[in-house]
Amino acid sequence: MRARMMPFAGFDMPVQYSGIIDEHMAVRNAAGIFDVSHMGEFRFTGSDAAKTLQGLVTNNVDAMYNGRAMYTVMCLPNGGIIDDLILYRESEDNFLMVVNAANIEKDYAWIEEHLTGDTTLRNESENVALMAIQGPKAIEIVQRLTDLPLADLKFYHFLNAPAGEFFGCEWAIIAATGYTGERGLEVYCPPEKAADIWDAVIEAGRADGLLPAGLGARDTLRLEAGFCLYGNDITDQTNPIEAGLGWITKLDKGDFIGREAIACVKEDGPERKLVAFKMIDRGIPRQGYDILDSDGAQIGIVTSGTQSPILQCGIGLGYVPNDPAFTAAGSAIHISIRSRQLTAEVAKAPLHKS
Amino acid sequence: MTFPDDLYYTKDHEWLRIDESGEMATIGITDFAQSELGDVVFVDLEGEGTDVTAESVFGTVEAVKTVSELFAPVSGSIISVNDTLESNPELVNTDPYGEGWMIKLQLDDAEELNSLLKAAEYREMVGA
Repeated sequence: MRARMMPFAGFDMPVQYSGIIDEHMAVRNAAGIFDVSHMGEFRFTGSDAAKTLQGLVTNNVDAMYNGRAMYTVMCLPNGGIIDDLILYRESEDNFLMVVNAANIEKDYAWIEEHLTGDTTLRNESENVALMAIQGPKAIEIVQRLTDLPLADLKFYHFLNAPAGEFFGCEWAIIAATGYTGERGLEVYCPPEKAADIWDAVIEAGRADGLLPAGLGARDTLRLEAGFCLYGNDITDQTNPIEAGLGWITKLDKGDFIGREAIACVKEDGPERKLVAFKMIDRGIPRQGYDILDSDGAQIGIVTSGTQSPILQCGIGLGYVPNDPAFTAAGSAIHISIRSRQLTAEVAKAPLHKS
Repeated sequence: MTFPDDLYYTKDHEWLRIDESGEMATIGITDFAQSELGDVVFVDLEGEGTDVTAESVFGTVEAVKTVSELFAPVSGSIISVNDTLESNPELVNTDPYGEGWMIKLQLDDAEELNSLLKAAEYREMVGA
């Protein structure tokens, strides 16, 4: 398989295989498989692992049960987002945390400073491969390769494959999670088994139209779905409320780092809000482009943008003042593209109709 | 990857086809350029009647992940723009030397062509 490679967060990563649009459409219409082994994995064990996590993340760890996955963020005391992540609860004293590749070292150092009681933290990133198989046919395709009951997996749930049960893996986690806005799976396994699984999935899905997909399609897919990308749409300079992540911020769960600051933002209302938008005029919004009001005054900034392969128009995410005139679906905003003021419309995410 | 012998090329990965009069050039981007860009999703060109000077920007071509400026290989006046690219930008990928052409330029000075690359020189430059 010939992939175009690009350095990303210290890894050589496949940006595209057959072409970003082909790969994108395959995931929307059938399935695609992504190698995202660059993601970081931290293991939390010990009788106080849940307590440590509850103090670190914004979502409610106590609401999790075995086999449950949860999307959340970690914040600084001032509410700035350190990283967004997924937690997997394997048992009451054993959690897996999956973080962004570019943040592995920063996150590890932060967490290490905030371990409480009987909690052991291990960075397992080097010993974990991760493949995402996503799309309307993804689960059906992987199901052909195993007797494990994948069809029963609910969204944001996972199962631990017993040793030897999945491609002879000593261990594997098969989770109904993803970053594309489609149904699908994320498979965590030992690195030495990844190539076998990759090849088998490609073979099993070939007739269905499954394609290997790269980081390029991963980005266009997540943008159509309206998902944030750390470093673009959320950073340590943005808080969860303005980023539209209030739904994973449980202020009443008890104390956690950043709670007080975030509660203040929620009380007063954020100054700005992250919105999704699509272009009405012809043009592609890009990260860093100015968002203007109808008088041409700068009111915000585009944090992510691309051409949507499904909608066939430019789409993006960006921050605008917290005023219904700019945040309500259907509001007109303008994007400054090569010194032209092009019209866009604020829209509710997801932008695509799946 | 093809680089037709009857075209001129630039280090910025454009090609020029000179018509029989020797005074008009059709301009596009090379097979190498489209392949490096990947799926072209947007082509934005200066309008007909615009005067351009060599090395000035006459448009932009956007792939899914990138924005690239297009530089006029020589000076002249734009007499025609390929409007088809507005709705079918993928022609730049599928037929870079044919239906994927971008502008036609009335040359100011045919002497400027002497500074451009021949097919063999361009091929060597891109290592194809």
